[in-house]
Amino acid sequence: MNRAPNFRLRRLFVLSVFVFGLGVLFVRAVDLQLFDHEFLEEEGKARHLRVVEMPAHRGMILDRNGQLLAVSTPVFSVWANPAEALGSHDSVVRAAEILDLKARDLLKKLEQKKNRQFLYVKRHISQQQTERMQQGDLLGFYLQREYRRYYPSAEVSSHVLGFTSIDDKGLEGIELAYEDWLAGQPGAKKVIKDQLNRIVEDVEAVRMPRLGQDLTLSIDRRVQYLAYRELKAAYIQHAARSASAVMVDTQTGEVLAMVNVPSFNPNNRRAHKRDTYRNRAVTDVFEPGSTMKPFVVALGLDSRRYSAETVIDTTPGTYKVGRFTIRDIRNFGPLSVNEVLLKSSNVGAVKMAFTIPREDLWNTYKAIGVGESTESGFPGEATGYLKSFQDWHKTEHATMAFGYGMSMTVLQLARAYTALATDGRRSSISMLRREGTDPHRSEQPSVVSPQTVRQVRSILDAVVSEQGTGSRARVPGYTVAGKTGTVRKSAGNGYENKHIAMFAGMAPASNPRLVLVVLINEPSNGAYYGGHVAAPVFSRIMGGTLRLLNIAPDDVSLRTDPVRLSQDHAG
Amino acid sequence: MATLNTITKQERRPLLNLDPILMGGLVVLCAAGLAVLYSAANNDAGVVLHQFGHFIIGFMAMVLLAQIPSKQLFKWSPWLYLGGLVLLVMVLVVGYSGKGAQRWLDLGVIRFQPSELMKIFLPMMIAWYLSDKHVPPSLRYIVVALLMIAVPVWLIFLQPDLGTALLVFSLGIFVIFLAGITWRLLAVSGCLMLASVPVFWIYLHDYQRQRIITLLNPESDPLGAGYHIIQSKIALGSGGLYGKGWLNGTQSQLDFLPERSTDFIFAVFGEEFGFLGTVLLLFVYGFVVMRGLSIASYAEDTYSRLLAGSLSLSFFVYFVVNIGMVSGLLPIVGVPLPLISYGGTSMVTILAAFGILMSIHSSQNLFTS
Repeated sequence: MNRAPNFRLRRLFVLSVFVFGLGVLFVRAVDLQLFDHEFLEEEGKARHLRVVEMPAHRGMILDRNGQLLAVSTPVFSVWANPAEALGSHDSVVRAAEILDLKARDLLKKLEQKKNRQFLYVKRHISQQQTERMQQGDLLGFYLQREYRRYYPSAEVSSHVLGFTSIDDKGLEGIELAYEDWLAGQPGAKKVIKDQLNRIVEDVEAVRMPRLGQDLTLSIDRRVQYLAYRELKAAYIQHAARSASAVMVDTQTGEVLAMVNVPSFNPNNRRAHKRDTYRNRAVTDVFEPGSTMKPFVVALGLDSRRYSAETVIDTTPGTYKVGRFTIRDIRNFGPLSVNEVLLKSSNVGAVKMAFTIPREDLWNTYKAIGVGESTESGFPGEATGYLKSFQDWHKTEHATMAFGYGMSMTVLQLARAYTALATDGRRSSISMLRREGTDPHRSEQPSVVSPQTVRQVRSILDAVVSEQGTGSRARVPGYTVAGKTGTVRKSAGNGYENKHIAMFAGMAPASNPRLVLVVLINEPSNGAYYGGHVAAPVFSRIMGGTLRLLNIAPDDVSLRTDPVRLSQDHAG
Repeated sequence: MATLNTITKQERRPLLNLDPILMGGLVVLCAAGLAVLYSAANNDAGVVLHQFGHFIIGFMAMVLLAQIPSKQLFKWSPWLYLGGLVLLVMVLVVGYSGKGAQRWLDLGVIRFQPSELMKIFLPMMIAWYLSDKHVPPSLRYIVVALLMIAVPVWLIFLQPDLGTALLVFSLGIFVIFLAGITWRLLAVSGCLMLASVPVFWIYLHDYQRQRIITLLNPESDPLGAGYHIIQSKIALGSGGLYGKGWLNGTQSQLDFLPERSTDFIFAVFGEEFGFLGTVLLLFVYGFVVMRGLSIASYAEDTYSRLLAGSLSLSFFVYFVVNIGMVSGLLPIVGVPLPLISYGGTSMVTILAAFGILMSIHSSQNLFTS
């Protein structure tokens, strides 16, 4: 072949193009893989390394015996990437079918939020729905693990426990009061995610999740059930507007039961009116009425102006103070101090109170905690109201003697009665279980001497006897001390014909272990006296609890005859 | 001349006319290709098996072509070229569309891209035409050769397939260059081509213009057209010196890298085998090209020399353009990494071209000794 000299040059040219080409690629490789390596590696990590939250579930709420009251269970929620989900009409229709949604509504919702990356489709779906969603593997729909609060005792403890939001934040009750304790702190971890945002691998934990801590309440679930059952029965029987009951352990100040009707099921709140959410035992105040008389009598006895047998003339059953007339239900005539309580004479109580300086009466009420928060921690707890004694007119001095002109909650009334159940000091209330006795009771002011307390208790024991107003509060086998209360509800400027029936008492009277207050608001089936409406409920709750807690019977006389007992249960 | 060496011919001729040196390089590349593909396809053995099938077909084509003497190919050249043109026209009329371009011809049994055939038929044609012309060929012949190049290139460009059109065009130009075009003419036509770039720009599709703009500034549209380049640069760069190891590339394994088993497979390779792997791969590619060029320079006749030279250079252009594109030096033109990217047609074409080189080499054995 004829090889012209320029072919050598040509060969050289090809060779140099070859070398140049390889050289450029080599330099580029040095550039990217050696010089820019670190920068590009960071860029790469920025694309696939993500920090994600590690959920921490909420602590459990337990009763004093370790029984579950609230627990967080893992559930799944469905979310969608709207644009992605809209890509497959079929998957939207199937998702709607599984989740019991209308396909048309779901499509509309996705269409509206098309520009978003995240949209909750349905929160907290059922186990069955979860399985079907997982099997379906629907385009654009994803499952997210969450925790749902479950309350095994349902409406029985709902007011105490409250409830959480769908995001597991406490909204009411103990759930809100102890939010910081119960709520976990979510942790964070570094993960490798792929282009489709799926977690491929866990790299490391950035921050370990702090799990929510368990909370042990003072509540005894068995007592709570009992109290709720009896209270609800009475609420229905008397067609009442509402009812509350609180039981306190006198030794420790622990609340063993706190129930209200109407109640709601925290596991399915949608079915209930917001009105039923209120923990009336701590949020609603009322005038305590005759339940305050034992303190007036105690003060009278303690001042030594009176003995149990001192006679006070209540004739003619009315007593004019300024423009007002104080009335008894009938003319009792001359009454001993004992009988003033037994008959619940307003006139007798007022006459006693007028011999006691206002300041002393005020001090006593202050000492038993009228107008002072129980510091139970409940959201929306009412403190009640007690007017300063300097501002008392004569009429107020009079009404204070039978519990009008002041206000308190059921929980406060129960706390006040712990002073009569012990040595004259009120307990400090606790919603949490306490180890040992009440640590704060010794700090409380003493209302009256322990001897006087015993004296008053024996009178209150008589109140529950066959002759007293509270005879229906008796518990077979146990002595009970207590006081009825029936107050007319104030309405604007005056009192209307609606009543609150209550009974506050303790058992066993010889050495009280339990204090119970039962309040029936606006009974409307005829009977409205505390002795008729509230006392039987007291008897059943107290009786059941004494037996449940294995408290030794102290009434050896067994004075209750079976006939009378059965009548109690009948009405 | 041939009669003198009838004895040595038998001694020198390797098994099935296959050049063991070239064969070694090709096998290394194919093996590397299967390994990277396994990783790029997220450990899907099915894809690898399918690609292995492509290799088998390609090697069979190579062995077959290696048995055909270059004289025979010389005779067939014009007919093959004309047949190729007919197929290209058919593509435009009855072709099968995929990804917005009409490149495929469905023959019922197989579906293939006739433009790939032109990568062999065109250099054969130009070599056939210029092989008996004086050196240097006169302007008249050159113009005719350019027309022969322009027709198929234009047909391919219409599909549209800019990458293949440019590649086929460059193949024709290589033959003209190797045929001994004068430097002066080469310089003049080079200048003319540069001047025609703005005219050419008008005929480009929007997406093709976008690719060139994107090359100049990929960050201008990081989520759109620039995404490919940014992701592949990140994958390459995060490989570092030693790479992340086979199957351990995060960018590629986590679906961040698009087209990672086809055009962008080099990014997977670079991420997993690092700078050292890249250098080794460049070395093997360079070795194969050098062997091809060496076969060309010792070819027994002008036709064989021109054909072997242009086919070797086309292989060179192939991998330089692909790697240049993946590493962000060249616009994205859809050129696969030869013998490594997943795909049947280009695999078979390339191996067939090497079959021709083998045939030329075995004819040269009996001539040079």
